[in-house]
Amino acid sequence: MEELANLFHGFAVALQPYNIMLMVIGITLGVIIGVLPGLGGANGVAILLPLTFSMPPTSAIIMLSCIYWGALFGGAITSILFNIPGEPWSVATTFDGYPMAQQGKPGEALTAAFTSSFVGALFAVIMITLVAPLVAGFALRFGPAEKFAVYFLAFCSFVGLSKEPPFKTIAAMMMGFALAAVGLDSITGQLRLTFGVTELLNGFDFLIAVIGLFGIGEILLTMEEGLAFRGGNASINLRVVLQTWRELPAYWMTSLRSCLIGCWMGVTPAGATPASFMSYGIAKRLARRGNNFGKGEIEGVIAPETAAHAAGTSALLPMLSLGVPGSPTAAVLLGGLLIWGLQPGPMLFVEQKEFVWGLIASMYLGNLAGLIVVLTCVPLFAAILRVPFGIIAPLILVLCAIGAYSVHNSTFDVMLMLVFGVLGYLLKKCNYPLAPLVLAIVLGDKAEEAFRQSLLGSQGSLGVFFSNGLVSTIMALGLVALFWSAIQEGYSRLRTSMA
Amino acid sequence: MKPFVLNVALAAIAISCASSTASRAAWEPVRPVEFIVPAGTGGGADQMARTIQGIVTKHNLMKQPLVVINKAGGAGGEGFLDVKTSSGNPHKIIITLSNLFTTPLATGIPFNWKDLTPVAMLALDEFVLWVNAEKPYATVKDYVDAAKKAPSGTFKMGGTGSKQEDQIITVGLEKAIEAKFTYIPYKGGGEVAVQLVGNHIDSTVNNPIEAVAQWRGGKLRPLCVFDAQPMAYDEPIADGKAWKDIPTCKSQGLAMEYLMLRGIFMSPKATKDQVEYYVELFKKVRATPEWQEFMKSGAFNATFLTGADYAKWVEAEEKRHEGLMKEAGFLASN
Repeated sequence: MEELANLFHGFAVALQPYNIMLMVIGITLGVIIGVLPGLGGANGVAILLPLTFSMPPTSAIIMLSCIYWGALFGGAITSILFNIPGEPWSVATTFDGYPMAQQGKPGEALTAAFTSSFVGALFAVIMITLVAPLVAGFALRFGPAEKFAVYFLAFCSFVGLSKEPPFKTIAAMMMGFALAAVGLDSITGQLRLTFGVTELLNGFDFLIAVIGLFGIGEILLTMEEGLAFRGGNASINLRVVLQTWRELPAYWMTSLRSCLIGCWMGVTPAGATPASFMSYGIAKRLARRGNNFGKGEIEGVIAPETAAHAAGTSALLPMLSLGVPGSPTAAVLLGGLLIWGLQPGPMLFVEQKEFVWGLIASMYLGNLAGLIVVLTCVPLFAAILRVPFGIIAPLILVLCAIGAYSVHNSTFDVMLMLVFGVLGYLLKKCNYPLAPLVLAIVLGDKAEEAFRQSLLGSQGSLGVFFSNGLVSTIMALGLVALFWSAIQEGYSRLRTSMA
Repeated sequence: MKPFVLNVALAAIAISCASSTASRAAWEPVRPVEFIVPAGTGGGADQMARTIQGIVTKHNLMKQPLVVINKAGGAGGEGFLDVKTSSGNPHKIIITLSNLFTTPLATGIPFNWKDLTPVAMLALDEFVLWVNAEKPYATVKDYVDAAKKAPSGTFKMGGTGSKQEDQIITVGLEKAIEAKFTYIPYKGGGEVAVQLVGNHIDSTVNNPIEAVAQWRGGKLRPLCVFDAQPMAYDEPIADGKAWKDIPTCKSQGLAMEYLMLRGIFMSPKATKDQVEYYVELFKKVRATPEWQEFMKSGAFNATFLTGADYAKWVEAEEKRHEGLMKEAGFLASN
């Protein structure tokens, strides 16, 4: 009950006119940042952080977290309209969001994405409000072995549950692992596969790869198909929002499952990216129209978006209570907290009640404000697709180049993006799935690091992955997911032979 | 027309002379200044750089903006090489940590601190030996006994990065107490502290700012500080104990000292005026209450050095790192 009283006090703080103004400014800035691929939430928050030093900490964190929400919403826009995910966790949104836009349903896809984000985030905030102290301790049980198990589960559920030919999936994934291995080996401190080239010291950044593979690759494909930009007949009025809303409740099961996956992955240190991929993979298997996934199924937008936002939001819990950032953006926010003189950690909830509950209240209000802002703009975004391809393609290209450049301020990255574009085009032509490649680039080095840390700790014994209940359960789930098709087939055979 | 042209030319010469004498008196940036951080967002160097950026903006200390840019690739090698190749560009400064020495030594990238122009040492970061508060060892002696008693290689030390400061200290510790640890590298200091709270490792050598929250929450216990004298801050942090009350490791029979540089360098071939400008700037930053507060929150050793003193300090430290890393077998093979 004390929590509820605190929360209402938090609402009172967040609802001061000055803070509401900051909220709207934050959301708008965030959407703009999110639309520019490559700029991303982390960079955006980092650039704008110094602006907030003269504000009281509660107002500052309200504004910054609203930029964060705005960027999350904005990331979905480019994923759906142009097939360019701005953040790792929007990759899965492109799988069905972009085909929907091409079929003339960008409004539906955007509405579904925004609404799902809101639902996911809301679910997570309610969880934070009610069970914060209980859940916070859970993250402590995650050592390297447990972390690896979570990544393993994400990979397995994607490979095992996808309907692509498994060998092509694995080939694409291995390519991703090879790319992820370039740069500094964080366990031995040695450079790997850089061949003395300074530009490769940093490895291949996920964003560069994704902007090239998806954005540029898509432009090349469209050019080949005769410069026709499909989706021009998009309906552009607000009725589309209401119509989509009427459809959404039918998918409550997918939403709920995605919320749970998201919250669980967010509280463990794995974060939003594996959550979105896992949720998409599972929805593909379990949904009634799962066979249609990848061809523009609205459920394929709902699942990853809900999970990503539930995870992104619940990741703030370990940050506040343990001081461990769950995402790069959270890391920058963490730096901000320290500069305002707030020490994240077990004592924050006790000593800085007003700040913590002000922040939680602003999560409720910021998400609501964000939803209203982006939904009213849906017709505007959808109208972009009416612009002829000859005009929009160069603009996308420029946008991609700026995005790729701004990741590390390096022109080498722009070249690299073009190379990835050609690669993406070739892979698509040969029917190799791009998603496992991207998943491996994003999570490959993290999984490798956790794997090697576990083995260092266990003196090389693989038993560490089955050394306690938690890690064994996750590993077992991963194996089940990997061999799901085989298990299913065996089960049905067993039934026929019994009958 | 001719006299007019002549007049204009004369005026131009006069103006350029005036401006050149002015620039001799005091150089000032004419473009935004890039502040390179050779480490990722959220780490100690990044926090310090962004605090400085905030102070400069809030107190209007520069006419041009100061822009923080992270270049973390190759254990910071990316950032150092970037500044090294920006010879004669006075609008680029870099904040360094121990990877100024350790990265070129361990990876063999073509870089040495002498390639850059030293500006100032802002502070030194302390290292503290931490254990989980649930563990029975309350003193260094208990800890050393436990580490020696554990079967060789089963006692786990967590730290940030590989072949960098945390691992160098770990090797020093192993030598001092004749025990064998297993060193597990993580990406960031905050993660290391939480792994210790979760009992996934047995001890850490976190910087004060990385572990203070867990100390205040009663989850971690500091045993000793790797400095020649105790830290200066006497405000109580947890259980009535202050940073000042943590004994030095040396006084507890652990002969290892280590401090990490938090200093500023700029691009090669900077003129005296340019260096002078940044030195003055950082003097102003240091005088602000925000900086004092930051130093206190991270229990930094607030030594400030410039010019020849600074270069001399860095040179001695480089020698020391070379020795320590050679002994530990961390040098790049080429």
